[in-house]
Amino acid sequence: MYKSIPIKPSEITPKSLYLSRRDFIKSAGVLAGSMVLAACASGVDEIQPVEPASTEEAAPDDLTSYKDITTYNNYYEFSLEKTEVATLAKDFTTSPWTVEVYGLVNKPQTFGMEDILKLFPQEERIYRMRCVEAWSMVIPWNGFPLASLLNIVEPTSSAKFVRFETVYRPEEMKAINSLNEYPFPYQEGLRLDEAMNELTLLATGLYGETMLPQNGAPIRLVVPWKYGFKSIKSIVKIELIAEQPATLWNTVSPREYGFYANVNPKVQHPRWSQVTERRIGEMKRRKTLMFNGYAEQVAHLYEGMDLTVDI
Amino acid sequence: MSEKHQFHLYTLLRGVVHFMAWLPLLWMILGWVQNDLGADPIRAIMLRTGKTALIFLWFSLSCTPLFLLFGWTWVRPLRREFGLYSFFYASLHVLNFLWLDYGWDTTIIFEDMFQKPYALFGAASFFILLPMAITSWKWAFSALGPFRWKRLHQFGYLAAILAAAHYILLVKQAYAQPVLFIAVLILLFVVRFFLQKRNGRGAHHV
Repeated sequence: MYKSIPIKPSEITPKSLYLSRRDFIKSAGVLAGSMVLAACASGVDEIQPVEPASTEEAAPDDLTSYKDITTYNNYYEFSLEKTEVATLAKDFTTSPWTVEVYGLVNKPQTFGMEDILKLFPQEERIYRMRCVEAWSMVIPWNGFPLASLLNIVEPTSSAKFVRFETVYRPEEMKAINSLNEYPFPYQEGLRLDEAMNELTLLATGLYGETMLPQNGAPIRLVVPWKYGFKSIKSIVKIELIAEQPATLWNTVSPREYGFYANVNPKVQHPRWSQVTERRIGEMKRRKTLMFNGYAEQVAHLYEGMDLTVDI
Repeated sequence: MSEKHQFHLYTLLRGVVHFMAWLPLLWMILGWVQNDLGADPIRAIMLRTGKTALIFLWFSLSCTPLFLLFGWTWVRPLRREFGLYSFFYASLHVLNFLWLDYGWDTTIIFEDMFQKPYALFGAASFFILLPMAITSWKWAFSALGPFRWKRLHQFGYLAAILAAAHYILLVKQAYAQPVLFIAVLILLFVVRFFLQKRNGRGAHHV
């Protein structure tokens, strides 16, 4: 169904393997030692995988290891340091948990996590995730289409946007207290047609495991054609509204983080390039793809829009 | 303190500086070998080499103000060691950028270089430190003569300003650390400017 990713669920690395991978980093260690000491230029080719001659032909998307996905996280409510979030979020309370869906809907409803897991069959979706900081991962999510949930509450005809809100719990999310310039709780938004697109996922797990706090437990959004910050974590509120909602990063720095935030190698971040990205676990940079490689599924949503203006 | 004591103190401190200066590199190599640099080791190396180069440059620039403030003659010559180690880590930083990060892909390197001010500022800072490092030996001082040598090495402040700009342009709305660096730099400059005026220009090497 999702042809743009040449990986079938059956090809997922067995747990024993993904937990012990990245040996190549170790073997490259000797090389790095010689690099920093002697700056010798030989041996570069030894550590780089053979790439296809044409850069247009995308290299295969290997799954990012479970370890990397769960130890390298942007979650400012816990820490600005990506490598520290996992430890600091360890004891985050994710149960009981409810998600309130309200606003311009016929049947507003508050869902308990148990209801959500019962109501919506969980499927696996392997998506690329491209961070606005120019790194990326490939993550096997478990979840269900956001559209399934929205259909239950029945958005009215005046609903044009969806607003999402992360839980606000400064006593557990300690970094909130020192980040006064950020308007927490974290908020994100999608246009209704983006929210209803079949790629848009509410994820409750990854690699077949229950979602961990650092990845946005117990339930998060995944919008694979947009920069990672759009995929809001630990959602407690979903509101259907008529006007484009304010979002956290767009409020903090509108010039740098647009409302749409579609992955677009032709629109540069004002301070750094978005042309390439580093795939976590790989040594070589990759070219960033338009809509993160999901143009076939989502390009039609933006017909008639100038994506260099509506960033 | 007698001059002899001051000299011994300088020799001792220089030894300490040489020893300490290799620790960040050692720590980094250990981290790499043990696969302990996090999910993005190239970025970790980038941040660590950059931060270390910055800290050593700031140390180097604080030697003269400390001397002017407290009359510690033993601290002033250390600016050379600090400056050279700053250049050393800056070189590793550049090498990491060109090689490990961009794999010598000149197309994207130049795209980054000429489109993004952060890269221009960083490169400019590096190319100011380069001739300073080369001329940090006695023969260069004699060859250039004190006046020209001094002129060249006054550019250290410009290198620091450019490095600070390079740093602040790359953080994502978390400005506390770069702002601290800039505040210290301003303080150092103010101390140097006023105390040198008071002591009479030309009485000391800058």
